[in-house]
Amino acid sequence: MPSLGSDMEAGTLVEWLVKPGDTVARGDIVAVVETQKGAIEIETFEAGVVDRLVVETGTEVPVGTVIAHIRGEGEPAAPETAAPAAATPKAKKSSKPAEPTAPAAAARARVSPAARRRARELGVDPETLSGTGADGAVTLEDVERAGATPAPAPAPTPAAKSTGDAAAAMRQAIGAAMARSKREIPHYYLATTIDLTRALDWMEAENRRRPVAERLLVGALLIKATALALKEVPELNGFWRDDAFVPATGIHVGTAIALRRGGLIAPAIRDTDARDLGDVMAAFRDLVQRARTGRLRASELSDPTVTVTSLGENGVETVFAVIYPPQVAIVGFGSVVERPWSVDGRIESRRVITASLAADHRASDGHRGALFLRALDRLLQTPETLA
Amino acid sequence: MTEDEIRAAVLAALTSVAPDLEGEEVDPSTPFRDQFDFDSMDLLNFAIALHQSLGVEIPEIDYPKVASLEGSLGYLSEKLQGA
Repeated sequence: MPSLGSDMEAGTLVEWLVKPGDTVARGDIVAVVETQKGAIEIETFEAGVVDRLVVETGTEVPVGTVIAHIRGEGEPAAPETAAPAAATPKAKKSSKPAEPTAPAAAARARVSPAARRRARELGVDPETLSGTGADGAVTLEDVERAGATPAPAPAPTPAAKSTGDAAAAMRQAIGAAMARSKREIPHYYLATTIDLTRALDWMEAENRRRPVAERLLVGALLIKATALALKEVPELNGFWRDDAFVPATGIHVGTAIALRRGGLIAPAIRDTDARDLGDVMAAFRDLVQRARTGRLRASELSDPTVTVTSLGENGVETVFAVIYPPQVAIVGFGSVVERPWSVDGRIESRRVITASLAADHRASDGHRGALFLRALDRLLQTPETLA
Repeated sequence: MTEDEIRAAVLAALTSVAPDLEGEEVDPSTPFRDQFDFDSMDLLNFAIALHQSLGVEIPEIDYPKVASLEGSLGYLSEKLQGA
């Protein structure tokens, strides 16, 4: 069970997408885990043949637990290749012909989270339904229809908690991680107001010429500018581990995404600094969509080397964020607001934003933090360089 | 295109943006932001979905006009009739 972020210490394995004998490539999605923040897809970090599924579906397992054995290329088969009874995948899966080289995720039906939730309540296996939604997706109605046929009630599992319980558990997990952060990390805070007028004018002009599906949001500019500013102040990009700062090898900006039912999650845009702005926007859009439909991958939760959070859409002017351990910094953005601003000796109305930095004093000091904010400001004055 | 067809397309676009809203009642006059906690990303995805299904390109400056069911229906009816 890979790391799911510092505020998630365990997950309930709800579905195996492979079975013993299947061939898997590095990065294939092999299982789905239900967490307080929704369903997370688990990838394999090894290529080979699935030897044994160790954990039974419905079991809550802590991060770090071995959930399956994968035999690498050239390795001899384990003496016992059959899965133990407890870990046998669902009958429907095992009766299907093997699809050894197909990506594991491709075999999985598209099921909306509402339908999946309802399916659990009704004891319906959504994988066995033929969906009537877009692209064959299983809809709530499909599940309700299937649920009308009497079926034995499923054994209660930790994943079958009520929505209220899940929300409370999520708050508890976030609270525990943030309490640990505030207890262990000596935070320092800095903030600066940045004139965003040029960046917004540039973005609006860009959006007029871009196709609808490729339009930019200001969030993408802020994420890209943050990534580039971190290249200049690398002490803010990395982890605090074993009493030492470990610089990250890449800049993978975690983007805090509010979940509609409450709580938040911060998956990473890998190599943010190396992507062009359109690509950052596409990745950001994809992450938001998948975060809210329970389709994130575990690696996306463990990859962030720094986090960006914005509460501007809710009218917040300044964000005083809490660092997400083991990271050493978090960058906050508030609302874009119109303010009188001095430009070349004249007072003008400009659109400005407050950028804040919370950083770990063990890894950096205020001087370096200030240089980061200055770099951020400078980069946002030349938005064309972010493209 | 009839009003019912436009309404169906708008509701389908809403569900495609936020599948978790499937089966929810939509208050026609309340902005999606207040009703479903929509943010700018949701509105962009909504505009993209409407463009794909109805072929109507909504300029960024008009996003506030389609920010509720009632607003969307009025805006799209006008655009489609004028097309």
